[in-house]
Amino acid sequence: MATTTTPANTQYNYDIVRKFTIMTVIWGVLGMLAGVYIASELAWPFLNLDIPQLTFGRLRPVHTSLVIFGFGGSALFATSYYIVQRTCQVRLAFEGLANFTFWGWQISIGLAGISYVMGYTQAREYAEMVWPIDLLIAVTWVSYLLVFVQTLRKRSQPHIYVANWFFMAFILATAILHIFNNLAVPLNLFSLESYSLEAGVQDAMTQWWYGHNAVGFFLTAAFLGMMYYFVPKQAGRPVYSYRLSIIHFWALIFLYMWVGAHHLHWTALPDWTSTLAATFSILLLLPSWGGMINGIMTLSGAWDRLRTDPVIRFLIVALSFYGMSTFEGPMMSLKSVNALSHYTDWTIGHVHSGALGWVAMITMGSLYHLVPRLWETRMYSTRLINIHFWLATTGIIIYIGAMWVAGITQGLMWRAFDDYGNLAYTFVESVRFVVPMYMVRAFGGLLFLSGMIIMAYNVFMTIRQGKQEQAEVEAKIAAKLAHA
Amino acid sequence: MKHETIETNAGWLIGLTMVVISIGGLVEILPLYFINNTVEEVKVDGKETVRPYTALELRGRDIYQREGCYLCHSQMIRPFRDEALRYGHYSLAAESKYDHPFQWGSKRTGPDLARVGKKYSNQWHTQHLTAPRSVVPESIMPNYPWLAKTDLKYKDIEERFKALRNVGVPYSLTKPEYDANVTRFGKEVADQLDINRAEENLLTQAKLGNYDGNPDRLTEMDALVSYLQVLGTMVDFSKFEEGHFAEFR
Repeated sequence: MATTTTPANTQYNYDIVRKFTIMTVIWGVLGMLAGVYIASELAWPFLNLDIPQLTFGRLRPVHTSLVIFGFGGSALFATSYYIVQRTCQVRLAFEGLANFTFWGWQISIGLAGISYVMGYTQAREYAEMVWPIDLLIAVTWVSYLLVFVQTLRKRSQPHIYVANWFFMAFILATAILHIFNNLAVPLNLFSLESYSLEAGVQDAMTQWWYGHNAVGFFLTAAFLGMMYYFVPKQAGRPVYSYRLSIIHFWALIFLYMWVGAHHLHWTALPDWTSTLAATFSILLLLPSWGGMINGIMTLSGAWDRLRTDPVIRFLIVALSFYGMSTFEGPMMSLKSVNALSHYTDWTIGHVHSGALGWVAMITMGSLYHLVPRLWETRMYSTRLINIHFWLATTGIIIYIGAMWVAGITQGLMWRAFDDYGNLAYTFVESVRFVVPMYMVRAFGGLLFLSGMIIMAYNVFMTIRQGKQEQAEVEAKIAAKLAHA
Repeated sequence: MKHETIETNAGWLIGLTMVVISIGGLVEILPLYFINNTVEEVKVDGKETVRPYTALELRGRDIYQREGCYLCHSQMIRPFRDEALRYGHYSLAAESKYDHPFQWGSKRTGPDLARVGKKYSNQWHTQHLTAPRSVVPESIMPNYPWLAKTDLKYKDIEERFKALRNVGVPYSLTKPEYDANVTRFGKEVADQLDINRAEENLLTQAKLGNYDGNPDRLTEMDALVSYLQVLGTMVDFSKFEEGHFAEFR
């Protein structure tokens, strides 16, 4: 569409992208703040303050929902709406509906947070929202699907760009997972409480089929979509291998759906199911690394940019953590490793090397690329981006380091025997050991949160600067018109 | 077909994606409903010993969920020697067959609770829940002082039983259902599962049990402790030959 003369900001609907971008930053700060607080509660239990609404058990879902769905979800809405317009070279379809997805999503996250602290929960990890919120999410999600598909259908480019395949798979899979995992019978139409349709083994399997694919599609496939647009854009180079992107896309979305049961190794789930899940988890290493290689190699020939461009640094470190955690994941899904790692803080460390290292870092890099374009200015401060980068990277390393030490030691202490064949340690001795690690972890998290707050300040100042510049331009035009 | 066909046609892309993402879930989830051994039968003298929760236990379980206990305590003992010594016999699928939703958990910030029932006194639990560090100095669990101070809401217990009946838990509403429960679980249990007597049963159990040590009040503590005290106690492993349950794994 080289012939167009309309500037991008009026040709495309950037308004919706801006709104989701701002909410990404806000939920990021709030969700990570909740994370640092609950991490501190584990290190210093008096912080629970004997207030029901502030206890760990009620705040933990606030942290996970705000970060995964508030921060991550809003980032995905923002970038997918931006990317689908840019790569299809067409304005967003159903703009009213797109606006509804914004309000539907934000209200869902807000209500979820409030309902958790009030004690309303489905008690399913990462799916704690009560049934009325689930319904609102379902309606919002179907609207999202309609907006996205219709935009694809009216594209002015013959090809659907690879980033959009990933977004498409993410939207479809999330719809299926959300609906089937949240089937429940409420006490009555006016009660927020409900009992799940399934029980025991089948319920556990459904929940972790959901749980792991929330990781696989929400936190991986969709963020790969983000990666496939922003890495080549920021590097100014084409994607390394087109063929690799095809192979790893289909392999990734096929294999992910099998692996959820590795969260249930050695449980009352039948062995055949968890063995199958372990097998597919190992296979999953291949497409995961396919994506990582495709992203990192896109930079080949432009490696010097790592020294000069902090945005590239965010993106490449994100891909490195993606590679690391998709190696660690299959390793932990081996039954023998899992026997040690399951139920320990190693799992928490693994999740965060993915969530902070991959999801948050790729989001931050993408936003630093996106924000100046949305508000037609430069980032307010490159120095602050650099500071953010180092705070975030150091924070992650401290966090996962502490969790490795804590988790592996817990696993070893629980299974240790003395010379007479008795258990060598009581449970509480393992608690005493990990508390200092929890303090270190809280510090790592605090560094990461500080970076996020700096980012929020930088984005806020950038927006203000963009608006000022625009006002100046308008004033100049008005002055010229007055003279003429 | 060339991949270009998929890349240039949104319909193909959506259709094929749906097929590809459906297979894994279908293969792993559906058979769990059809393979009989998935949930083993636990019968002693012709009666099932794993039963749905009583009214009071169920309210306790609701509170367990409300406070997010599952985020730090698992209820799933794995078949390892150290876990057998620390927690007891590994958990059976049957033991959570009435758990809507399941509470197996994924993290042990605190110990597993699958067989915590009857291991500690009611008094210990009440003290521990109110102020954990007063009995376990190194504990990092939050205090739950409001449990013993908050009256238990139980007026909607019939509604709760009915909702659970709708998802397949054998709480009885009619005489034939009650009779079926008598055959299946014995009269004593069947009485507890009768929806029409749910409120009365709840009050009686709380009164007789006096779980929180305060006979004048029916509190959330009563309910939660009654739930904790039943965990893992429904299967008497001494009644089965060693290795009996291994064949179902």
